[in-house]
Amino acid sequence: MTSWRLPCTLLLAWALSVAALAQDQNAELNPQQAQRYHSLIQELRCLVCQNQSIADSNAPLANDLRDQVRAQILAGRSDAEIKTYVTDRYGDFVLYRPPVKATTLLLWGGPVFLLLIAAMVAVLHLRRARHAPSAARADPAALKKLLDEQP
Amino acid sequence: MRYLIPVALLAGLLLLFAAGLKNDPREIPSPLIGKSVPAFALNKLGGGERLTEADLRGRPLLVNFFASWCAGCQVEHPLLMRLAQQGVEIIGMDYKDAPADAAQWLQRHGNPYRLVIADEAGRAGLDFGVYGVPETFVLDAQGFIVHKHVGPVTETAWLEDIAPKLGFKTP
Repeated sequence: MTSWRLPCTLLLAWALSVAALAQDQNAELNPQQAQRYHSLIQELRCLVCQNQSIADSNAPLANDLRDQVRAQILAGRSDAEIKTYVTDRYGDFVLYRPPVKATTLLLWGGPVFLLLIAAMVAVLHLRRARHAPSAARADPAALKKLLDEQP
Repeated sequence: MRYLIPVALLAGLLLLFAAGLKNDPREIPSPLIGKSVPAFALNKLGGGERLTEADLRGRPLLVNFFASWCAGCQVEHPLLMRLAQQGVEIIGMDYKDAPADAAQWLQRHGNPYRLVIADEAGRAGLDFGVYGVPETFVLDAQGFIVHKHVGPVTETAWLEDIAPKLGFKTP
């Protein structure tokens, strides 16, 4: 072998082994997993910048949580299990879509309830307005007399 | 008379708002209250000793998450020093910090902790539901979390919330 072939071969072998090792420690998500990952990280709130999801936030905590979600998807956990993991530690506020529970019934039902009240008030108001005596029902002759008397 | 219902509703709403103004909208209540201290296995700061949640059971104590890079931690530090002198047991959790930096910080400002645990990667922080530093947890003798204080511990918070939960008789 000429002098450069052995080093090159060794270098190639080393590079391939490093790549193989990196692959194990930082396994890629398959397309379905990647979709789950992106969907989940958009549903979880960053608790440091509380108006951003962990997908959008650059905070270290968001980074940590993204890593956790990724690791758990790779470990075979379901979406529900991952969400439970996060809410067990941070509470329901970490979910962008609050669960429907006894404590959140007011949150979910409130707007609908208010809309119903507004609708009822509107209907009652319209009904009352319709039944009120209108000017046309007043006596036209008496009305004319009053108008003619105006100085 | 016809204004009675709207005015009553307005009054009710204003009372609700007034009560709400006292709350900090950024503060998140912890779901860990009433639960047992989360499991962890981390090294003592500076030493090779491995510590777990079992070391936090057996007596009421405070677990204080802090870091050398945290400004709020400097704010509460004098109070923590005073409490330690009064006999309050405070366990320090050094959160996402280089151990060398933490050791230097404690050297410079003083060490109120009975024990400092190095949570370099922040895994214990994640399990405790920490979203910022400083945060202080009150543990009872059985190792159950009975209270969480977010942000620097103030004199008022100590006297009104933390000390009673800890069962500490303030002088």
